[in-house]
Amino acid sequence: MSATSPLAIETRALRRVYRAKPNDVVALDGIDLEVVPGEFFGLLGPNGAGKTTLIKILTTLLLPTTGEARIFGFDVVHQTKQIRRIMNMVAGGEQSGYGILEVREQLWMFSQFYGLGSRDGWRRVDELIDAVGLDEQRRQKVSTLSTGQRQKMNFARGLLNDPWIFFLDEPTLGLDVSAARAVRELILSWKAAVPGRTVLLTSHYMAEVDELCERIAIVDHGRVLAIGSPAELKHRIQRESIFRLELDRLDGGTASLARLPGVVAASAAASDEGHGQGDRQSVSVNLVLEDDAALGGVVGALGGLGAQILALRKSEPTLEDVFVELVGRGFDDAPDASRDETAPKGRAADPQPRREAEPAEEELV
Amino acid sequence: MSGNAYVHRPTASPQAAAEWTQRQILMTNLRTVAGRAYPRVRGLAREKSWLFFEILLPFLTTSAFVFVYRALQAPPEYVGFVVLGGAMTAFWLNVIWMMASQLWWEKSQGNLELYFAAPMDIVAVLLGMAVGGMVMSSSRAAVVLVVATVVYGVTFAVDQWLLLLAVFFLTLTALYGLGMVLASLFLMWGREAYHLTQFLQEPVYFVSGLNFPVGRLGMLGALAIALLPLAVGLDAMRQLAFADAAYPVGTPPPEVEALILVVMTVVFLSLARWMLRTLERLARREGRLTIRWQ
Repeated sequence: MSATSPLAIETRALRRVYRAKPNDVVALDGIDLEVVPGEFFGLLGPNGAGKTTLIKILTTLLLPTTGEARIFGFDVVHQTKQIRRIMNMVAGGEQSGYGILEVREQLWMFSQFYGLGSRDGWRRVDELIDAVGLDEQRRQKVSTLSTGQRQKMNFARGLLNDPWIFFLDEPTLGLDVSAARAVRELILSWKAAVPGRTVLLTSHYMAEVDELCERIAIVDHGRVLAIGSPAELKHRIQRESIFRLELDRLDGGTASLARLPGVVAASAAASDEGHGQGDRQSVSVNLVLEDDAALGGVVGALGGLGAQILALRKSEPTLEDVFVELVGRGFDDAPDASRDETAPKGRAADPQPRREAEPAEEELV
Repeated sequence: MSGNAYVHRPTASPQAAAEWTQRQILMTNLRTVAGRAYPRVRGLAREKSWLFFEILLPFLTTSAFVFVYRALQAPPEYVGFVVLGGAMTAFWLNVIWMMASQLWWEKSQGNLELYFAAPMDIVAVLLGMAVGGMVMSSSRAAVVLVVATVVYGVTFAVDQWLLLLAVFFLTLTALYGLGMVLASLFLMWGREAYHLTQFLQEPVYFVSGLNFPVGRLGMLGALAIALLPLAVGLDAMRQLAFADAAYPVGTPPPEVEALILVVMTVVFLSLARWMLRTLERLARREGRLTIRWQ
């Protein structure tokens, strides 16, 4: 891919309105996106945010009402054939194909739709069946596959034509932990095989988006609320440094820490299992500091108090925290329940991030 | 994992990969026809229930008419007419139950959006369905024809084999062309598809003259010959298969009916192509039809 290559995905003021009664539904409301070739890009948003509508437009299944969208420079309205030759898509819970066929036959059928010769198609199918780990199901009827096996087969289908861009709409929906992990590894291996391969992923699973995506757009009500890398998005809402300490004891309680310079707040927390020393009791403390530099003073003060630090972890906000901050509600909350209509669009009435919700932690001690 | 499973046909850039030659486009469409026909052909061996539903039941219906004609001391050719009609029933059942409702079913399965998102012409998919349906139904029709001919001692008198074969294949192309048109209509009408299927099945049986010469219906028969591939095809095949009948078997001569079938084939296939393109345009504009949940 040269430096002057067109963007993998480019949308300008993309808008899509569905005609409905009593009122039309605005699914996309002026989406501007730029995804560079080779990027793993995520779309994060609640149900009805417009993610699937956006994917349908980018995969040429739906026309925009107004605005422009291009895939590797090809216009989604007028150059559909070119786009269809270089892209593929897989959706979660996909039940495509014919249950009467064997896995191998089903994939061969789809290979013909992409112009592979008959023998070439069988070869390609066998390669992909091995790659996705379905060799034992090769001759099994599609109707007898488990959900995870079926999704692996869908991935093999999606890779038949060596797509340059792969659209994944909730690809691990309904999969168990190990099947979801296998699918994620599969995507990463495929992408790494050729520079320039691009992935657009939508998912409800924040950890999945966090793990896979280089950049993320958070969308709600058809608008992009924020774009950035997971780290950038998290940093955007993190105003203080948050640490969690495990101490053998704390004479004077958390109040003794709260008085220290640079400490915004200190509070007792439920002790984590596994951090105690045998049967010894430990004390867990959540510390909110103005910045990381204040930590040195806290450690010194604890030594002075005779407390021994058993563990120290830095807590970071999760993507869910970012989402709550930007959207104003949790991922699975009903829309509008906590929304302040007078607030600027996309901002929360109560912008406090939910840091208590299983923060991602970086082990320091 | 095999070494190159993720790199099959390397291309220099997306732009290079997107540019196809006319030959690539043509070959992809031809392969699509074969690919989509494949499940139907494989289904022959995998779903044995068709032996009962599509051979035994039509055979019983045919037998009932044979006994009625014999009881009425009808000319012996009438038994042959019924046997021929019984064999052709397999094609009509296939067109009305599978071909016509296929796109609607594909939509509900989530296949249709994958078809629309793939680079081939959607007409090739429908042609593949038609070819697969023809192969599947031909085997069923052949079984009914052979068994009934042997059991009831039908004697054919064919003078123009080539014309008979041509009429048979033209009947199939016109009939499946009609099926392709119906497939688009059924997709538009969604859940009403099955009601429409039921509504059409018996009237078409009747006016096609599956169990009697359609000429007996007078003006209604003439209308059927002008509009229904099954009526005109069956009428021509009866004339050609029982050339020694002592009385006029069909209405227009078979050569004329062959021409009617050519016109029907061209009209139905063109109409189907136009309807599919219209359908795709509508689907993209209105955000329904191809997308399962809309």
